[in-house]
Amino acid sequence: MAVPKRKMSRSNTRARRSQWKTTAATLTTCPACKGQKLSHAACPTCGTYKGRQYAEALRTEHAG
Amino acid sequence: MPTPTKGPRLGGGPAHERLILANLSTALFEHGRITTTETKAKRLRPLAERLITFAKRGDLHARRRVLTVVRDKGVVHTLFTEIAPAMAERNGGYTRITKVGNRKGDNAPMAVIELVTEPVSPKQAVVKEAEKATKKSAKKAEPKAEETVETPAEATEAPAEAAAETTEEKKEA
Repeated sequence: MAVPKRKMSRSNTRARRSQWKTTAATLTTCPACKGQKLSHAACPTCGTYKGRQYAEALRTEHAG
Repeated sequence: MPTPTKGPRLGGGPAHERLILANLSTALFEHGRITTTETKAKRLRPLAERLITFAKRGDLHARRRVLTVVRDKGVVHTLFTEIAPAMAERNGGYTRITKVGNRKGDNAPMAVIELVTEPVSPKQAVVKEAEKATKKSAKKAEPKAEETVETPAEATEAPAEAAAETTEEKKEA
């Protein structure tokens, strides 16, 4: 099995990890409450989607 | 070679997967609306709609085929006596999946899958038919006799359902 010959330096490790980036989610405004929501999903603020109510979607204080 | 199942596999094995889907469909018909993960909801949809199609057929053979999946006779009874008549006007698209965000704990994307209880709105079908008719008559420059409003197409969900129906053909409940 092929294995690395040398220990990777902290510098190289960190240089590689510096490319780990996150991107912001694209959000839309809820037509019912004007809050921000993900598209194609029920609104986490008011729980509506296409005029229907989904209490399961409501954001609790612990949810991420 | 057997055709692979559409969508991700669930559970720890084929028997576990069958159990998960059977239990989910039982719960769906019992409550009309359940919250589950998006993946499970997507796997459940074709199975549940197939069972409703059996229920609409309504004979003893169909009932026995449904009973191989939904083991609860009470739930099967409500399926055949309440849900099936309510879906009589609807040609496919009996269930609806709505995404409701991620779950606390493991951040799994959750969804609500529910039986579509609203009456079939003939409006969109009529409008489509009328547009088609006017186009036709304009092209031919002859007044086309009005077509009857028996087009079943429920505009939004019909194509997706057609796809779902075809995929589940190979999966013998």
